[in-house]
Amino acid sequence: MKVQVRYFASIREALGEGEWIEVPAGASVREVRDQLIASSPVHAIALARGKALRCALNQALCDESTVATAHAEIAFFPPVTGG
Amino acid sequence: MTVSIQTADFDLSTEVAALRAADPGVGAVASFVGCVRDRNDGVGVTALELEHYPGMTEKSIDAMIDAARQRFDIRGVRVIHRVGLLKPQDQIVLVAVSSAHRGTAFQACEFLMDYLKTQAPFWKKETTPDGSRWVDARVSDDVAMARWQLPHADALMERAD
Repeated sequence: MKVQVRYFASIREALGEGEWIEVPAGASVREVRDQLIASSPVHAIALARGKALRCALNQALCDESTVATAHAEIAFFPPVTGG
Repeated sequence: MTVSIQTADFDLSTEVAALRAADPGVGAVASFVGCVRDRNDGVGVTALELEHYPGMTEKSIDAMIDAARQRFDIRGVRVIHRVGLLKPQDQIVLVAVSSAHRGTAFQACEFLMDYLKTQAPFWKKETTPDGSRWVDARVSDDVAMARWQLPHADALMERAD
């Protein structure tokens, strides 16, 4: 299935605004992140495990065990700093 | 209008007047205005660029207002958050809450700011004499949010790392 990945702030500066990628049906956000990490050295650095990173599924904060659906919008970004 | 994400500045008096205008039951309005400081972590700041996640930003602020309404007996809420390029002394954010009595307005205003600081998808990049840098999230903001004991929000903050 295809999902839309979006990046913000420092992750966006490293990887661009986002990309559509093909992932296995029923993939979790963690599996999508792992697949992205494996896709290029730049992705591996920007999305590295151990980095403080937040994720959102369809524009709501989620944890990485959340399962994505076809055409889902998955976003990765650093901890927020508004206000 | 309850929530605005905008590049333009805002006027506190105008916003508070609008919040009170149609509601004679309002006995208290508490407001918070956040501004750009000229220093951060000991380094001079000459400009601040605010990025956000259009769509998710509005949803997350709507959700935080719903959470505030469930928790506090409030009458009206107004939230304005600016994005784009800002300078020291510029206003960044307004949260104003109206209620019948002051305690509720004070508490709800602080709740909303703590929520916004830790959950709403905004990011600050500051310009300093050494170049520009993304502002790091503060642990103290997570601590401030945690004392409201929203189980869902706490879980997300810890597990997402």
